[in-house]
Amino acid sequence: MTDILQINNIRKTFPGVVALDDVSFTVGRGEIHTLLGENGAGKSTLMNVLTGLYHPDCGNITIAGEAVHFTSPRDSIRCGIGMVHQHFMLVPAHSVFENILLALEKVPNFFNRKVYKEKINQIIAEFDLDLDLDTPVWKLSIGAQQWIELIKLLLRDCQLLILDEPTAVLTPQETERLFSVLNRLKGQGKSIIFISHKMREVMEISDSVTILKKGRSVTTLERGNFDEAKLAALMIGNDKIPEWEKSGQVEDVDVLDIQSLSVQNDRGLADLDDFNLQLKKGEILGIAGVAGNGQKALAEVLTGLKKATHGKIMAGGEDITNSDAKDSYIAGISHVPEDRKAIGIAPDMSVADNLIMKNFKGNAFTNWIFQNKAAIHQNGAAKVKQFDIKAGPAGTPVRYLSGGNIQKVIIARELSEQPNVLVALYPTRGLDIGSAEYVHQVIVDGTKRGMSTILIAEDLDELLKLSDRIAVMFRGKLIGYVDPTNTTRETIGLMMSGVTPEVVA
Amino acid sequence: MKLVLERREMLSPMLRFSAPVASIGVALFVAGFFLLASGVNPLLAYREIIVEALGSGYGLSETLVKATPLIFAGLGVSLAFRMQIWNIGAEGQIYMGAMGATWVALFSGIHNHWLMLLAMFVAAFLCGGLWAGVAGILRAYWQVNEVIVTLLMNYIAILGVDYLVYGPWKDPNGFNFPLTAQFSDAARLTEYFNTRMHSGFFLALFCALVLYVFMERTVWGYEIKVIGNNQNAAQYAGMNTRTAIFAVLFLSGAIAGIAGFSEVAGLQHRLQHGISPGYGYTAIIIAWLAKRSAIGVVIVAFLMGVILVGGDSLQIMWQLPVAFVYAFQGLILFFLLAADFFIIYRLKLIRGSSHV
Repeated sequence: MTDILQINNIRKTFPGVVALDDVSFTVGRGEIHTLLGENGAGKSTLMNVLTGLYHPDCGNITIAGEAVHFTSPRDSIRCGIGMVHQHFMLVPAHSVFENILLALEKVPNFFNRKVYKEKINQIIAEFDLDLDLDTPVWKLSIGAQQWIELIKLLLRDCQLLILDEPTAVLTPQETERLFSVLNRLKGQGKSIIFISHKMREVMEISDSVTILKKGRSVTTLERGNFDEAKLAALMIGNDKIPEWEKSGQVEDVDVLDIQSLSVQNDRGLADLDDFNLQLKKGEILGIAGVAGNGQKALAEVLTGLKKATHGKIMAGGEDITNSDAKDSYIAGISHVPEDRKAIGIAPDMSVADNLIMKNFKGNAFTNWIFQNKAAIHQNGAAKVKQFDIKAGPAGTPVRYLSGGNIQKVIIARELSEQPNVLVALYPTRGLDIGSAEYVHQVIVDGTKRGMSTILIAEDLDELLKLSDRIAVMFRGKLIGYVDPTNTTRETIGLMMSGVTPEVVA
Repeated sequence: MKLVLERREMLSPMLRFSAPVASIGVALFVAGFFLLASGVNPLLAYREIIVEALGSGYGLSETLVKATPLIFAGLGVSLAFRMQIWNIGAEGQIYMGAMGATWVALFSGIHNHWLMLLAMFVAAFLCGGLWAGVAGILRAYWQVNEVIVTLLMNYIAILGVDYLVYGPWKDPNGFNFPLTAQFSDAARLTEYFNTRMHSGFFLALFCALVLYVFMERTVWGYEIKVIGNNQNAAQYAGMNTRTAIFAVLFLSGAIAGIAGFSEVAGLQHRLQHGISPGYGYTAIIIAWLAKRSAIGVVIVAFLMGVILVGGDSLQIMWQLPVAFVYAFQGLILFFLLAADFFIIYRLKLIRGSSHV
């Protein structure tokens, strides 16, 4: 049987940048093929070529032995290729059902909603998803939105599924469920291209792994021929992963004291419910919890983007409960948001302009009512250098940067005013090892000058490595604190499912 | 072999510049067929437009007279466009501005020339601004679509002014024509060279300069650009987007309102029915053609002035209807939108045995 997908010597350049230099690999039928590479290695570009968004300069793609030439995503869809993007392609105002219908071709003008709904509900039941077809998408958690994307592909009967970091937004249980779904699909003869940075997952699910580095496919390894160390070495080359110690400079002073805080979401449900948290000076406080248990609401209420319905936030003895974003920033609370492209940046503006977004009215960047363009450019150049942002020529719109570099722009901006408190949501999500290490280093460096960090992350390893304390959240409540030097994954896992520490102990 | 559309990865600056020029060219070409159908040689007609509008001191002065309200209104509309706010109501804001200025001119009793002009200016600014500000508040607090509101408020403004000039403000000595009494000399802008050209034109240029500096150099300009680019990011950065939406629509309307002031104080010297023959709508085309840049607005408004003045002479020479001028404007916008499409996409010819 022929391979489902064969990619030969693909090259793709953008003005001034070689995104893909020479990429070749083959995906067999019924195979889960992992693509591994740092940010900027060309994974996204390659996927955009494969889904018909970009047109390669040279090289060829064959699907099931036939040469193809995609000019639009439609062509790629017709060949049975489907993709779940990292940033979902959903219409937020439409219902789940409508979003799924959009993905289907040949829906008759007058159609029987019941038939389609049944079909979709079958899939929902089959994979035990928790999804109401009539809910508008904007009300769903990111995890639930991903299921919609997956259902679309299943309905379309795709033969080759591409999943771009699908587990980044999932809980461990959901990840497991996803993997069992993927394995079942594999059993049906479908092929899957899996993109992830999480070594453990790569080890667990992959039949073969292709490593991309700087736009080239370094090598493809079959199952049995790779282990975590080998993959990491191939991916990041010979760069040594730096080790660091925990800050250890925690002072016993509360910089933030959250008292029985409640926040409601758009559905009128409590995202935070009588939530308590104390953050000490110079501390990195990790927040563990399954995604969707109130972490986002916590970050938003702290940074003034959401209003509390009940309770208090005290910062340094001052009540900042319902201050707005500007006041929070002045009070020294910075925020690295979860969805960087949607709320972190102004995509058509330059890196320098984006770097001053939080402080554009500050004296450093203004002369009376005028902007100090020289200072803005200088600041931009300095930050680009300091944070090693690959930004292209000065004035390049931020939208042309890779995900990791966009994140660096945001972090550079958030830390530039030396905040007292940093609220970081999934700051390393989607970043390669090198960039993630860098972000960690920046956070640890911050604590050395007394910055306190609330680190919300999904990766337990990351939390265990960085945090001085870990607070576990469940359904908008604080379940308890654990000491990362003196706990087990199992304990945290149990607490994440709502079991209180006394019971665990 | 087949022809397909492909998205361009990088927008070419060359194309961004040449596309508006090309679309005007194509519009001229297509309009030529309408002229031919009316029995007019298009080349002669276009020559006539150029000669009439630019070939003499008088023609040039008339062109600048027409360009003046277009610059104001174009600047107003383009300012809102920068923030992705679509102010379709410049026409109504011109009427409100003219009304405010007229009220001061007729009823304030000020005798000092400069004080009078200043008061008229402020009245026009506020009237135009508040008129658009209504849409601003509706949009900022209740997400009411500003396109609909500004558009519909045009009719209210135009009919409101009609009520005044047909009713309470009608000149008792005006032989029952729908117009107010003439302004006193204190309420008139300076005219130059024995033509109708007045100092409103220089005010318009100054206004363009101020707006350019405002957008490109000030803190507020930066804020408007961020909000226009990504409103969520702006909110996250602590910007008050509600206030900004109101402020920008207010300013947008206020600048269009100055056009009303300039028309009554500089040209008509009274308020009358039909004070603006659609300048506010032409302003939308101007703002679009100018790619929302203040300097671009001045250039494009001048071109539109040429077309309007030349169009007048076409009416006289060949008895063409005024509708031809509007049709021509429409064609320009039409081809411009098409050109915008090709700035983003390119046609690609694919040869050989391509699958799919």
